[in-house]
Amino acid sequence: MEHYLSLLFKAIFVENMALAFFLGMCSFLAVSRKVETAIGLGAAVIFVLTVTAPMNYLIYTYLLQEGALTWLSPGLAEVDLSFLTFLTFIGTIAAMVQIVEMVIDRFSPKLYNVLGVFLPLIAVNCAILGGSLFLVERNYTLGESAVFGVGAGVGFALALIALSAIREKLRYSDIPGGLRGLGITFIVTGLMALGFMAFSGIQL
Amino acid sequence: MKLVRRLLDKMGEPFLQGGKLQRLYPLYEALDTFTFTPGEVTRGKTHVRDAMDLKRLMMTVVWALVPAIVMAIYNTGYQANLALERLHELGGGEIAAHALDNWRTAIFMGLGLSFSSSSLLGCVVHGLLYYIPILFVTFAVGGVWEVLFATVRKHEINEGFLVTGMLFPLILPPAIPLWQVALGITFGVVIGKEVFGGVGMNIFNPALVARAFLFFAYPAAISGDDVWIAAQGLTADGISGATAMAVATVEGPQALTEHGYTLWQAFVGLVPGSLGETSALACLIGAVVLLVTRVASYRTMLGVVGGTVAMTLLFNAIGSETNPAFQIPVWWHMALGGWAFGTVFMATDPVSSAYTRNGQYIYGALIGVMVIAIRVVNPAFPEGMMLAILFANMFSPLIDWFFIRATVKRRALRHG
Repeated sequence: MEHYLSLLFKAIFVENMALAFFLGMCSFLAVSRKVETAIGLGAAVIFVLTVTAPMNYLIYTYLLQEGALTWLSPGLAEVDLSFLTFLTFIGTIAAMVQIVEMVIDRFSPKLYNVLGVFLPLIAVNCAILGGSLFLVERNYTLGESAVFGVGAGVGFALALIALSAIREKLRYSDIPGGLRGLGITFIVTGLMALGFMAFSGIQL
Repeated sequence: MKLVRRLLDKMGEPFLQGGKLQRLYPLYEALDTFTFTPGEVTRGKTHVRDAMDLKRLMMTVVWALVPAIVMAIYNTGYQANLALERLHELGGGEIAAHALDNWRTAIFMGLGLSFSSSSLLGCVVHGLLYYIPILFVTFAVGGVWEVLFATVRKHEINEGFLVTGMLFPLILPPAIPLWQVALGITFGVVIGKEVFGGVGMNIFNPALVARAFLFFAYPAAISGDDVWIAAQGLTADGISGATAMAVATVEGPQALTEHGYTLWQAFVGLVPGSLGETSALACLIGAVVLLVTRVASYRTMLGVVGGTVAMTLLFNAIGSETNPAFQIPVWWHMALGGWAFGTVFMATDPVSSAYTRNGQYIYGALIGVMVIAIRVVNPAFPEGMMLAILFANMFSPLIDWFFIRATVKRRALRHG
């Protein structure tokens, strides 16, 4: 239990997808203009990561990695399908995003319209693919993958929502012309990462 | 006074519309409003009539900082002299050879003073020799940026920079190289404040941004055991220059007494550390000034205290066999390191803290929880106040957002 808790903490804060690895920057910068939208996208990312991380774990362990197909027949022990990893992972993620999209369209058309193209684009959000690839690289178990997926999603959502609140406040700031919009957002992201450095070096 | 007024008016002529130095008007305006209360009023639709303006607000903070500055000057000299004396006892050779660099030693010896920790004048002058250059560089370099932005972007130079410039030297270690001071304040003023449009529009506390930048860019000059006492080569000669905070988090609270630190010393501020942060007493006096004049939010301070106490008690209760920092009692946490200075002067920064009243409790508590968490759990940083406040700065707009929405909802319900 304690192990899972510390893994969750690590995934949310120490290895924050957005502010420690700078993954998923496109939607991080694009959908952070309003807090409400950011909460919507954050929830979508949490959901997709939570589902795809353990799912991709299962796919990788029982279908793709070297010797994974042994459970079908011993003759397949030497088959190594791991060159398909990226393709399969993206496929799983895209399928999940499709489901999320339909659900949001059905229950909150307003949010659906606001998120616009960035909702389907979660499918190619590197934070989500990164989450799946990290768990392969770090040899997580099924339980760890699930916890890591939740943590990575929550961490991304937290950073996204905090940034969106900052940007709402920045509308009242007198930012130099050349920096308005994305420019200042990059600077704020950098300063936020400075704040998140508080967690760097924590050994769990 | 009339003479000064007349002088200023005469001096100001070239700066007015159509004058030769028209572009440098903000420079004149700054000097003018530092000396006299400006006569201009708002031209827009709303105008707040209040005796408390930005100028008075900022100056109150500067006055509240005076005890901390006095202690900073005295303690810097005292710690350096103490270390030099110890070194001499150990047979470290001539005292003067160990003072940090030559020009300071030359001035000090030229004044006929001795490096003695019992001599008040000796300590004060030695401390001044470190404090004044850092302060000077901060204001010179920061001021250049401030004027540059004010002239190009046509906004006023106001007292906000005065406060940042007073705070920044106090959170630096005494032995920091001056070029780093210049670099730090540049980053703080430009990236921390001016790119957002100047005073009142920034998200993060500029002084802390500056320090955090130096902290991660040049860790050797701002952390470790060597930089907290303004004399060089001490660790090499067998004298520990570790701050009490580092001792407490690495070796546990029992080690504090072994190293000769008492709670009283830490409270008064006679321990090594950043210039202004060591004295909780001076910060307490500052806190009284800020609270009586209502310049700082008591809600934020209460929040920090609450968060600190709760988190410390939690860690004390959990305990740990491998990490002695879990056992540090609350009062040591509050007396050591930058806790008091951060709580009083940094967390309450009205710009970067939460605006909503209830939000300020949450914001403060977040700082309190974070600072203890960083100190105890994170082995990379023995001190956590700077990062805790920066972290909370990041979430203060979000905290406000939730409280504003809650209020709007409640009122909508009430008035339909």
